[in-house]
Amino acid sequence: MLSLTCPNCGITADETDLHCDGQAHITRHGAGSNDDDLETYLFMRNNPKGVHFERWRHVYGCGKWFHAARCTMTLEVFGTYSAQTFEPPKALINKIKKKRPEFEGFVK
Amino acid sequence: MSSVTALNGATSNGIINVADAGLMGMITLRGDLASAGMAKAVKAATGSPMPAMRQITTGKSGAAAWMSSDELLLMVDYADADAVVAKISKSLGAAHHLAVNVSDARAVFNLPGDQIRDVLAKGSPADMSNDAFPIGEVRRTRIGQLAVAFWFTDAQNAKLVCFRSVGGHIMRWLENASEIGSEVGFH
Ligand SMILES: [Zn+2]
Repeated sequence: MLSLTCPNCGITADETDLHCDGQAHITRHGAGSNDDDLETYLFMRNNPKGVHFERWRHVYGCGKWFHAARCTMTLEVFGTYSAQTFEPPKALINKIKKKRPEFEGFVK
Repeated sequence: MSSVTALNGATSNGIINVADAGLMGMITLRGDLASAGMAKAVKAATGSPMPAMRQITTGKSGAAAWMSSDELLLMVDYADADAVVAKISKSLGAAHHLAVNVSDARAVFNLPGDQIRDVLAKGSPADMSNDAFPIGEVRRTRIGQLAVAFWFTDAQNAKLVCFRSVGGHIMRWLENASEIGSEVGFH
């Protein structure tokens, strides 16, 4: 069972009240971009065994988006943070590094 | 033509009772909840102060429930809803906002009984403990696979709102979940 605390409404919601929308902080390449950039945007995703940064939506609750950092192997949740940011907060990165010395840091 | 609710007066009696709450005026109001103009509009419409995160506030002519960081559900007399929407729109003027009468797009239930938390917990993952979900808070979550919002008006009574098109399904779900003999005794 996975539960995440939505930073928009403060509810610690069950996974079934939420919707995951994949890797966070990807750079969007649209019309006019070159083929490599478009391919990366559409198909290429990080998939490490361990720490992931994801976009989630509190779909049955407040309806708002947020970000979550969690381990996809153990389901440990490191934290959730605002959707209005281009990268994870420094404090959260440091917290993860302390818990997982092998974590190489946020990779875009 | 007279208005009818989705539930058309349906009731059921079990370990909690389930009843059509009748016609209720409901207004979706979106905009900057932190602005003075919004607080003024809410006060004028319902008599209640701007609700804080997850809260529901009540006033002389209605109630205001916090739905998200930029959305409220205002509850007023059914007959007044259109006039209240017009008043809100006039009061907010050019400020970016949305106010719409959704009274006929929702179904509303009254749930009296002392096992409401146990019954709702059969279908919702929301933490139904009194500490996590006190009187005065609104919870938006799901029952089965359907979006609902509910709140306690006192220790023995709750209200539940869902989309009108699934009102019948929620009625049957609540009826089933409150069948005599299905007591849980947890909360
Ligand atoms: Zn939320």
